[in-house]
Parts: sequence; structure tokens; C-alpha cells
Amino acid sequence: MKRAYKYKLAAMVPALALVAVAIALLGPKVSAAPAGEGSITGMAKLDGSAPHMRGIDMTKDPWCAKQHADNPAHLENVVVGKNSGLEYVVVYISEGLSGAEAGEKPSQVPVFDQKNCMYTPHVLAMDVGQQFKVITSDQTAHNIHPEPNPMTGNIPWNRSQPPGAPPILTSWKTEEMIQVKCNIHPWMHGWFAVVKGPYGTTDDDGNYTIKDVPPGSYTLTAWQEEYGKQTAKVTVAAGKPATADFTFKAK
Amino acid sequence: MRTKLLKWSLMMGATMVLALSGHSQAQLTTENIASRLNMEAHADGLTGHAKAAEMDYRRYCVGCHGPLGDGNGENATWLDPKPRDFQLGIFKCRSTPTGTLPTDEDLFDTIARGLDRSNMPPWNTFTKQMRIDLVAYVKHFSPRFATEKPGAPIQIPPEPEVTADRVKAGRELFKKMECWKCHGVQGMANGPSSATLTDDQNRPILPYNFTDGTRPKCGSTDRDIYRIFMTGLDGTPMPSFSDNIKPDEAWDLVFYLRTLQPANGMNTKEREIAKQLNLPPVTPD
Repeated sequence: MKRAYKYKLAAMVPALALVAVAIALLGPKVSAAPAGEGSITGMAKLDGSAPHMRGIDMTKDPWCAKQHADNPAHLENVVVGKNSGLEYVVVYISEGLSGAEAGEKPSQVPVFDQKNCMYTPHVLAMDVGQQFKVITSDQTAHNIHPEPNPMTGNIPWNRSQPPGAPPILTSWKTEEMIQVKCNIHPWMHGWFAVVKGPYGTTDDDGNYTIKDVPPGSYTLTAWQEEYGKQTAKVTVAAGKPATADFTFKAK
Repeated sequence: MRTKLLKWSLMMGATMVLALSGHSQAQLTTENIASRLNMEAHADGLTGHAKAAEMDYRRYCVGCHGPLGDGNGENATWLDPKPRDFQLGIFKCRSTPTGTLPTDEDLFDTIARGLDRSNMPPWNTFTKQMRIDLVAYVKHFSPRFATEKPGAPIQIPPEPEVTADRVKAGRELFKKMECWKCHGVQGMANGPSSATLTDDQNRPILPYNFTDGTRPKCGSTDRDIYRIFMTGLDGTPMPSFSDNIKPDEAWDLVFYLRTLQPANGMNTKEREIAKQLNLPPVTPD
């Protein structure tokens, strides 16, 4: 009797293991459903006067210059809007997500456009492994040249996009803030902000929203290309938006 | 007391020199690099072993590329362009797409060919075995060769006959792809963007001048030229055009580029056609 029980138990162990594996595999999908997912909102501000953003002289490419005839272009390293709101700040969860949660990839495809000889948006945030698209709206040729550090696992590449070129669809392997440049137009400068897990980017008034955050306590990191990184602690409850604001001190 | 002060100032000086000289973004330790000394390379039916190249590297390469392969050899300060940083695994001359590692054969060819207009001479006195051993040694500096595979070499269709139509089509491509923005409408390396070009380390770099009789950096045969613009020269401003030029059309561009070069024995037919057609340089719209 006792013996038979033992065998039963032995048979149950692999079965249980299978169930555990199934739960581990299906788990993330279940939590991806809107079952009480929270969100984080907030604002990034600049404390102090915004540095002067130099105007860009595009006369070397007459087509580019023509697009900005009535609307001169400026550098976009620090863009300040209403109430000192800071644009192009990437806010992401740097601590507190489980491996499975951090491993989830959003299905939408962010787009990086070369428009009027500028990068639109100036900073494109994306998840590790998330597909993104590089397109050109311009009637002048660009070369798109991201320069990650190849020792991290992200490998630099350099491709031409003449007018009418097909989009480039690709992704990055690891977290890194990657500078992008066009060698033909040396003023063109942008970023691929590759982070792990949910993220948000501040709009022209400095507001951001991070959607689909499972309830829990997290460390948020906000990154700005000139002012670096800042962190904040935040607790998200089911279905309730949490808030976290950031203030960057002008240099 | 005096010697102590002297010692102290010497040490401070040395620390400062060390701190200022590290321009490379990758700094691997000797131990990290040595862990890959079992690296192999394969080309031309030969097998190269990194270990077998230790002495040759020290004799011929270390002066520029440095003991850590990071391009910080003792001569590097005086060189322009700078010696390659092997730790990054980024190479100009490849048969593989942009953003991928070169094949062993690509490196094997580069050592023999040298890089024109740089301090890298053609090492054509080396035996093939020496060269393939050195390829393995070059690879062992970068952890990438231990974890990544080289890209799949681009396919080059057989070279067609040079015709007037092809030269004319190539000229259209030169205009449409805006090669002239850097290389200039006559290929004289004086396009509107030429003066501001920088490489991946932010050092100034010049586009290739087709008209001064020098050789392209990654080889001077028709196939080499084809490969250069279809794969791009990684680490430089030269992008890959393979997304936008079809394999057969690429030959048209090769033929047109040939007409920009002075007579060099490899472009007789192209130059003759250009003369008959009386082709003017492209004009940007």
C-alpha cells in the first residue's frame, strides 16, 4: 500500500514539473491582459534657464535649407515647453520587474523618421528586442548610422536611405542609449533609447505616461541626454495611476 | 627628500599620461584576451592558429595595433588614419553586410592587400600560413568572434559586358544615390558633405578621390568596387547601398565609377565609352 503510494508520488513529480513549466511559460501572457494593470504618469522639469539651442545652418544641402526657410531649425539637446516641462526625457522601470515582466516586448513598432533633414522624434525609446522602423520622408539622401558600443552586444551599422527608400526594420539586443547620426548632414543627431520593460517619453510639455505596469513597487529612471539619469521610487496599485515627477537642474 | 619629490612627480606624470591615452571605448584585460588564444581561422584551405602567430604579431603588428590589439601601439600617436581597434570587431573591408563580422577570408585578403593611403602596407611577403595564423590572432582580440558568426557574404552576380547603356544607367545611379554629396560630381572627393565627415571615433576622414590615381582601400578589381558600396565600409561614413541598389544595377554603377578614374589598365573600355558619349558630370537638382 505504502509502496503504491510512493509510485504515485513519483509519477506526479514530472507532471507537477510540467504544470510549473506551463505556468512559467504562460504566465507573462496572462499578466499582459488588462487584469488590473496600473500606469505611471508624471512630468519632467528643468530647474533653471534652458541653455541656448544653436540654430542649424543647412545651406550645404539646398533642399534641407528650403524646408526650413520660414521655420529655422535648432538643436534639440534640451527642449523646454510649458511650465519648464522638459521634452525627450525617457522614463523607464529600472528595478522591480520580474524577469518575465521585463522580458515582454510591446507589439507596436515605433517609427524614426528622417523629416526635413531632422530626426523625428529626436529621441526614440524602445524595448530590448522590440522591432522599430527607420523611414525617410525627405527628397534628399541620408545615411542612417547608429553608433552603439559593439562590446555591449549592439552592433553599429550604416545604411543609405535615398529618397523613396524602403523602411529599415530592425531591433537592438541590449539596453543602451545609442547615438544616431547622418554623415551627409552633420547636424542630424538623435538617439535610440533602448530600455528593458515598459517605458514612456516626455512630450513637448514634459509629460509622460507608462502604460501596462503590473502592480508593485518600482525604481523609475529618467534619462535626458544632457543631464543624465535620475531615479525615483514608485508604488503602483491595480488600476490606479501612480505619479512620479523628475526635476533636472540646468548646468 | 628631493628624490622622493622627483619620484612622486614622475608617478603623477605617468598616471596622467595613462589616463589621457585611453581613447578607445573598449578596454579588455590581457587575461580576457588571452582566454581566446585557441582561436582558429580558415581560408584558402588553410587553418590558422592564434597561438602560432604570437611572434609574428609582436614583430610586425604590435608597433601600431598595440599589445592589446586596441590600436594604441606606440606608433599610433603619429598615424592618420589610426590603426584598427581589433577589440571592437569592426572592419572596413568585408564581403558581409553592414553591422556583421567579416569572414576569415576578408581579413586574410586585407592583410595581403594592405590599406592604401594608410600606414598599413601590403604584407605580401608573408606566407599564406603566416597570414591565416595572423587572422586567428586578430580575431582573438575581440570577444565578438567567440560569440557571433560572420554575416553571410553578399551575392555578386557574374560581371556583364560593359555597354554604353550600362555606363549611362550607372551615371543615373551616381546621381540618384547622391554619391556626389561626399565624392563630388566628378569624383574628386569635394562634395558638399566631404569637409565635415568623421569616422566612428569622431576623427576627420576623407571620402575616396576617384581622380587622383590612388587605389580604393578595399581593393581595386571590379568585384572589389562592387562590394565596397554594397556592404559599406563599417566604422566610416560610407554606408551600405544594398537596400537600394539591385544586384545587377550595381554593375552599372561600377562601370560609371570606372569612368571617373584616370586610365589604370582596368577601365579602358569604360573610359572609351564615356569619351564617345561625352558624358558631363552629374548635376544635382
